[in-house]
Amino acid sequence: MIRFSNASKRYPGGQEALSNVSFTIEAGELVFLTGRSGAGKSTLFKLIPVIERATSGSVIVNGQNVSAIKPAAVPFLRRNLGLVFQDQKLLYDRSVFDNVLLPLSFSGFTPREAARRARAALDKVGLSAREKLNPIQLSGGEQQRVAIARAVANRPSVLIADEPTANLDADSAEAILQIFLSFQQVGVTVLIATHDLALIGRSGKRVLKLEQGRLVEGGDPA
Amino acid sequence: MNAWLSQHAQAFRGALRKLAMQRASSLLNVLVIGIALALPAGGYVLLVNLQGVAARFSLEPQMSIFLDAGAKPADREALEKALRTDARVGSFRFVSKEAALAELNKTEGIAEVAAALGQNPLPDSLVARLRENLPPELDALAADLRKRPGVGHVQADSGWARRLAALIEIGRMTVAFVGLLLSTGMIAVTFNTIRLQVLMQREEIEVAKLLGASDSFVRRPFYYVGALQGLAGGGVGLAILAGGLALLNRGVLALSETYGSTFELSFLAPGDALAVAAFASVLGWLGAYLSVSIYLRGIEPSYSP
Ligand SMILES: Nc1ncnc2c1ncn2[C@@H]1O[C@H](COP(=O)(O)OP(=O)(O)OP(=O)(O)O)[C@@H](O)[C@H]1O
Ligand SMILES: [Mg+2]
Repeated sequence: MIRFSNASKRYPGGQEALSNVSFTIEAGELVFLTGRSGAGKSTLFKLIPVIERATSGSVIVNGQNVSAIKPAAVPFLRRNLGLVFQDQKLLYDRSVFDNVLLPLSFSGFTPREAARRARAALDKVGLSAREKLNPIQLSGGEQQRVAIARAVANRPSVLIADEPTANLDADSAEAILQIFLSFQQVGVTVLIATHDLALIGRSGKRVLKLEQGRLVEGGDPA
Repeated sequence: MNAWLSQHAQAFRGALRKLAMQRASSLLNVLVIGIALALPAGGYVLLVNLQGVAARFSLEPQMSIFLDAGAKPADREALEKALRTDARVGSFRFVSKEAALAELNKTEGIAEVAAALGQNPLPDSLVARLRENLPPELDALAADLRKRPGVGHVQADSGWARRLAALIEIGRMTVAFVGLLLSTGMIAVTFNTIRLQVLMQREEIEVAKLLGASDSFVRRPFYYVGALQGLAGGGVGLAILAGGLALLNRGVLALSETYGSTFELSFLAPGDALAVAAFASVLGWLGAYLSVSIYLRGIEPSYSP
């Protein structure tokens, strides 16, 4: 469950990137976040794993107000979230498998269990056969799927993705959407920030729309 | 406990990976640390050996009063009475020239020399233990005694022994000072190595933190790198020291043989050697700790697509 209550974010020296945003995503829901470039999608995304903190208001994730969380507790919060970044943030000095293994290496799993989970995650995104390759050897869509496998390897209850289908053709984007839908079906709460209105239309899911930092669609009634 | 162990095992493996990734510079660092360690450790070994030598001689102030060959028994009695009543003198004993020769004959290599002389060249003497250890007092007493009839020569034995003790003290200070400087150098070497590694692995660190790696998870492998590098450097330093002593000992043995002795410089006691290696490891850890504390602070994962 994710709940924003009058959350605002002003970057140091900048204008307000998010203004009084309030919305609720129930556990197990899949919701899209949309808006033009610069509307504040990534800013909203960053408040959830506390890459940035809300300047005012609160951000509640699974019952915990993360905008007031202690720095020492942030790693534990992030381990329980699945994060897919717009620029993927894959490491190109290691194999696909080792990329997926990374978040498992510091979550207290035995090496055997970690390896098992990494394989299972790669299997879910259909990349089992390519685990030994370097991500640089994969296509954009495949790299995106590696990023998703890494995000879900820890089996998080909340999965958030920033532009996971950017620069992908319609078929690849559809394949990615199907992966997210399959996670929703097993009870994962999913938030996807995207420009891709066609994709949103096909899915028939709820949409949150940002305009210049204000939520103009899908928010809590004021 | 199990989780704790496996975290450390993981950090240890990570550290080995980091070291292996830059094999050449790791080896160079180990060598530099080894050399930096061998110098003060070598100084310490020499001091310990020198102290062993010095300890064979009493540092208590002694005075030998040699009698003239023609001294009369009355002179000796008067002298003994004066010593008994002098507050500066603790105790004394008479050493006849025969006893002195017998004592000397026990010393290796000298017996032949004495035998070659044919007759006993040594005078009777009185050896006094003194209460005072201050040079002016000793000099005053020696001057008093020298004026007495029948006294040939007065010698304060403690002079050179005290000089040796003072020299050892200077040596100890020098070793401590050099040790301090080179320890700082060792910390700096590790500090810089870790700084470079942190900067090189910036991306990996950022991603790991974004995905929920704790600070200590990120830091730990670097600590192990520092400690392992220090430990290896300690081992190399001890090896250099052992090699250096073996070389020196050839010369020392040749020299001491000319004195009829088999004196050799001995290596560090096992406990001391262990302490040296542990110390190097701690310095490496400290260098890593300082470096990581400074350079990891700058790496907060940012994300601005
Ligand atoms: N780190 C930052 N420091 C200062 N201003 C920032 C920072 N990140 C974003 N902003 C500003 O905040 C506003 C919202 O940016 P944000 O990245 O959230 O937009 P977005 O909706 O994700 O856009 P896009 O679709 O292009 O990714 C923009 O005006 C941007 O310039
Ligand atoms: Mg964005």
